[in-house]
Amino acid sequence: MSRPPAPHDPRAAGLPDGEALLSVRHLDTTFHTPRGPLHAVRDVSFDVRPGEVLGIVGESGSGKSVTLRSILRLLKPPTEITGEVRWKGLDLLTASRRRMLEVTGAEISVIFQEPMTALNPVLTVGEQILESLRAHEGLRGAAARDRATELLDLVGIPSPRERLGAYPHEFSGGMRQRAMIAIALASTPQLLLADEPTTALDVTIQDQILKLLLRLREQLGMSVILVTHDLGVVAQTCDRVAVMYAGRLVETAPVRAVFREPKHAYTLGLRLSLPSGGAHRQPLQPIPGAPPDLQDLPPGCPFAPRCSYVTDACRAEEPRRQPVAPQHTSACIHSDRLPAFEEVGS
Amino acid sequence: MSARSPRTSAGSAGTDGLAFEVDGLVKTFPVERTLFERLRREEARAVHALNGVALRVERGETLGIVGESGCGKSTLARCLVRLHEPDTGTIRYHGIDVRSLRGDALRQYHRKVQMIFQDPYSSLNPRMSVGQILREALTVHAMRPPKAVFARQSELLDLVGLPVDSLERMPHEFSGGQRQRIGIARALALEPETLVADELVSALDVSVQAQVINLLLELQSRLHLTVLFVAHDLRLVRHISHRVAVMYLGRVVEVGATEALFKDPRHPYTRALLSAAPSLDPERKTESEAVKGELPSPMRIPPGCPFHPRCPVAMERCRSEVPALLPRADGRVHACHLEEPQPTEDARAA
Repeated sequence: MSRPPAPHDPRAAGLPDGEALLSVRHLDTTFHTPRGPLHAVRDVSFDVRPGEVLGIVGESGSGKSVTLRSILRLLKPPTEITGEVRWKGLDLLTASRRRMLEVTGAEISVIFQEPMTALNPVLTVGEQILESLRAHEGLRGAAARDRATELLDLVGIPSPRERLGAYPHEFSGGMRQRAMIAIALASTPQLLLADEPTTALDVTIQDQILKLLLRLREQLGMSVILVTHDLGVVAQTCDRVAVMYAGRLVETAPVRAVFREPKHAYTLGLRLSLPSGGAHRQPLQPIPGAPPDLQDLPPGCPFAPRCSYVTDACRAEEPRRQPVAPQHTSACIHSDRLPAFEEVGS
Repeated sequence: MSARSPRTSAGSAGTDGLAFEVDGLVKTFPVERTLFERLRREEARAVHALNGVALRVERGETLGIVGESGCGKSTLARCLVRLHEPDTGTIRYHGIDVRSLRGDALRQYHRKVQMIFQDPYSSLNPRMSVGQILREALTVHAMRPPKAVFARQSELLDLVGLPVDSLERMPHEFSGGQRQRIGIARALALEPETLVADELVSALDVSVQAQVINLLLELQSRLHLTVLFVAHDLRLVRHISHRVAVMYLGRVVEVGATEALFKDPRHPYTRALLSAAPSLDPERKTESEAVKGELPSPMRIPPGCPFHPRCPVAMERCRSEVPALLPRADGRVHACHLEEPQPTEDARAA
């Protein structure tokens, strides 16, 4: 497999060096399975800028969640993670686990899809917030309790002081996600990693949680990486988008460009397969076939077998991601043949 | 029969045009009391899944049923195919009371009204090949003489777009989208008139959803099927439904022709639901939440209008009086006190 020019090539993420809060370069994650190695993430490079919401979007098996978990080495062995994840000069992948936790424990927080499994069921919500406040902020006693109350209030939990004594099972799904966000915020992180945070929630509650995340981003000036499969969530929440397919990052762009002028045939296919008003009860335009087996990838571009723009060149060699417009990179050699959207639709 | 023009009135019509007529459907599920609750002699609790659902489904139409968790949409679907027995209320299918069916008539009903489930991974027997799954459906209802079963199996595979060699293969050898096709083929083996699809494509990836939706649209026009499309994905429901019913906490709160309902929702809950669904246009962002508050538990449904604790325009009357699902002055059908019900037939004639 060919590798992009050089490590730390700013073009790989489409922005000048030094601007990034988090820099991921050539991230490779391999699971060792009974069927042999499974290359879940391949050569993924991107940057997260201060204060931005970066969306990582893709279908199941695209590697979006594995990418997120690789950043904090949250995957159980036997898993091999190579490449570089640079956070303020420290490479999180090669640092000792202790050193990594010292740095990231306070500055990077994570929230997951299912808060019931991520929260500790035998500790009250208050105890879980206090634990984080003690470890990262050195707060104890009344000061810690005041701060915990403040945090629950910040995430929109009513009568926060009383709710400190509640257990996770006493909360509804939306409230649990709010509680998990409060715990994540206790260490005043600069980066929040959110893995499908609203996928298990109803649409009116999803709307509340997404608006909450955006409000917190403004108030606290933190950056967010939001992993999701939902293009609507991306459109409403993210500043920039990274599209993944079969373990590779295939396109990065500002959110508007992804929806108006997608430069990868897969991104375009995803957009077209969604109904967007207009042709009521007319056939949709699906992407034919199914995503490839990661242990049996086709030669060349992994999307080639399902692509309507495919040519022999696509099958010959796996295309590299390259700049196609300002702040816009794509790994599609036919990016200039793809149509733009006049109207985005609903 | 081609797709009928969408009806906006919930009033009575000739029964020959109707597939389903549902009235006053109530279903509660008792909740087991914990030991602690029993010792404290607390009252037994129940999940009030359906609280008087009224609905008409026309023959040949696609009726979308939308709502959030606890709204009762799946319970309603299961009552229609008699997987659940409602506590009270009537379900008429082609004019006949479904709950009175016995013996052969009931068997015929089970054949004519088929349900397709959300999860293609758990609704197919993992130890049966696709051929066996289809053969079972064909023989249990004696749809074909034994000699003709193989030919019919191949026909069904062709109908749902699966390769002919699929018969020998097991469900796990297929992708999610293909498994959903197997489930559809099994339902079609019984030559049903009506399909009840509960979250048909929710478990599938976006790029594959469109394939299954196209199959459903094509089959419906070829086989003149009536389709109940129960789903939480508003974009899909808008695309394929002739009419849409919006449910909230066990009641239908608004029903109407799809475009009218989506372009100009009348019930405050419908408005909240539609504006909460994230738009694909990054330039149409909203700052404020579509609706505040939590979904109440179906074990403790608020009195009066079930939406009043979250409703931005709730009045005193909403707290005590349940609004009826009736046609309003503008012809739209919803259950909100803000607009007065349409005058009766006599009053209009006068």
